[in-house]
Amino acid sequence: MFTDFFYTLRKRKVPVSITEWMTLMEALARGYVTNLDEFYFLARAILVKSEAYYDNYDIAFQEYFQGIEAPTEISNEILEWLRDPLNRLTLSKEDLALFDRLDFDELLKELEKRLREQTEQHDGGGYWIGRGGTSPFGHSGYHPAGIRIGGEGGGGHAIQIAQERRFKNYRNDLTLDVRQIKLALKGLRQLSRIGPEDELALEDTIEATAKNAGEIELKWRRSRKNAVKVLLLMDVGGSMEPFALLCSQLFSAAHSSSHFKDFQYYYFHNCIYDNLYQDIERQEAISTDHLLRTLEPDYKLLMVGDARMGSWELLERYGAINYYEHNETPGVVWLKRISEHFTHGVWLNPTRLRFWNHPTVQLIGRLFPMFPLTLEGLGEAVKRLVVKK
Amino acid sequence: MKSDGFDKFKGSPDYVTSEPLRNAVNVAIALGRPLLIRGEPGTGKTLLAHSIAHGLGKKLIVWNIKSTTKAQEGLYVYDTVQRLNDSRFGDSDISDIKHYIKLGKLGQAFASPEQLVLLIDEVDKADIEFPNDLLNELDEMSFYIPETNETVTAAHRPITVITSNAEKELPDAFLRRCIFHYIEFPAPKLMEEIVLVHFPDIKSNLLREALKAFYALREIDEFRKKPSTSELIDWIRALIAGGISHDSIAKEIPFIGTLLKKETDYDYFVNNFIHRAR
Repeated sequence: MFTDFFYTLRKRKVPVSITEWMTLMEALARGYVTNLDEFYFLARAILVKSEAYYDNYDIAFQEYFQGIEAPTEISNEILEWLRDPLNRLTLSKEDLALFDRLDFDELLKELEKRLREQTEQHDGGGYWIGRGGTSPFGHSGYHPAGIRIGGEGGGGHAIQIAQERRFKNYRNDLTLDVRQIKLALKGLRQLSRIGPEDELALEDTIEATAKNAGEIELKWRRSRKNAVKVLLLMDVGGSMEPFALLCSQLFSAAHSSSHFKDFQYYYFHNCIYDNLYQDIERQEAISTDHLLRTLEPDYKLLMVGDARMGSWELLERYGAINYYEHNETPGVVWLKRISEHFTHGVWLNPTRLRFWNHPTVQLIGRLFPMFPLTLEGLGEAVKRLVVKK
Repeated sequence: MKSDGFDKFKGSPDYVTSEPLRNAVNVAIALGRPLLIRGEPGTGKTLLAHSIAHGLGKKLIVWNIKSTTKAQEGLYVYDTVQRLNDSRFGDSDISDIKHYIKLGKLGQAFASPEQLVLLIDEVDKADIEFPNDLLNELDEMSFYIPETNETVTAAHRPITVITSNAEKELPDAFLRRCIFHYIEFPAPKLMEEIVLVHFPDIKSNLLREALKAFYALREIDEFRKKPSTSELIDWIRALIAGGISHDSIAKEIPFIGTLLKKETDYDYFVNNFIHRAR
């Protein structure tokens, strides 16, 4: 039953599993559904597990039950214009008769055509897509065979609800990956006993009590907390642009991991010289030297970058890609200082392994153990960071 | 045709629900699955469980999750220290370990002879692996106590409501077993009903002006924390207690402190709206 709906959902990237599908089948078999509206909510409650996918669900529902492909071409701008509903027009019978009843496919074709022609917001009138008015496109208007685009919906009819796509703003195509990265970062755990002595040490208590000839003696200890401090240095801009999304995932995973004792992050461009930056635009500078003097060596260092640059950028004085850096010290010296300062450091490289056969990548790979920025690579890197030296 | 036992939950007098939410609750009850509820703060996630318990006339067990909560605590705790103490002072029977097994909230819900409503509140506060540790127990509705060689099995599957603030992502395996519902922020019409439940005697023009101001405030995207239902209720309570008339609401929004809880939001509001108006 409805098996194609299952595949439509999968096609629209709703993560539905067989388990959930079988649950839905069970509910249907028990006769909990009497009409399409109920089916819409029942299936959504069982199959969709995050409001981030409600929108995908709506699209798939529309596609399956209306037998049409969801229009993906509609630009957000147009949806924006259409957001405020105007009062519905009341049309006389004569006016209604004026409309030629286009069939659905024709309407869709016409819609695409007019979308291409239209360049500004339009309310009222009879041809353009806009609010009110009597064009077959847009919303709040009236046309016997019209297509709604956005806007407030009328009653609670399931396909209408699906069409409204109210959950568009809840979409978040990143979440799964961030969680995976977070889990990988969880490996960065170094539990040590800090804080007040507020935990009962049961074994010690028993031992002390036994020694005390059965007179109870309570022993307390400090509870275990994660003592790991993390320093993240990220290459931004230029050749790193294609990996911006991946890097921001890593960043948000690290940033929202509440179990680090301290988490600091700075940015650089291509290579590290006298300064690191606190913002992506590289305006707020902080001297690299100062950082090395103030951060203890036990910070776990995560370097992120493609390590790919002109050899002069790495090896020569004044080699920085940004001329105004005037670096007296070649980048490679700074990198060496950093790698020697911190006891545990890794370099995560988002480029594919086959691009690593490059002089500066090779050279930097000798200073920092280098891992690909994939889940597997991240896992390996994390293992490397917790090794006792 | 709907089978018997469906459509059990119809809301309770003090809690207004939407139809999709009622459906989700009934599906969860009928299929015996936990119901996972998410939504903005202040949309009544926690109150839902109270309402189900009240509406169906069942007892409610609340398990509040904190960042330090372990899955094991929900099942049972073996109070070894008490036993040690008793062995020393010998005023009770220490040979029976059962006396020292204390059931946790989940354990109590399983062991109860009647069906209960179990609320696991703010499940995402706990460690990321916490929900996974409970998978089997929630699936089978039973667990094993090695100390006494006993298995606690639920005679009636408790109606389980789990709330989450989406602070952390929940594991997929856990999600697969749940029925999910996202409580949207109430539309003005539903909100009117909600306010009327709390203040049946409110004057209609006061209610209208208050809601108008409230939804206008929620439109301002610059606020760090937008006012929610519970703040609206507090505000209206203050308005009624202060005897504020409806026409002054539109002019100055009295008691703004009950609606805006962050200093930056308050400053933003005062600078951009109050000063400009003068």
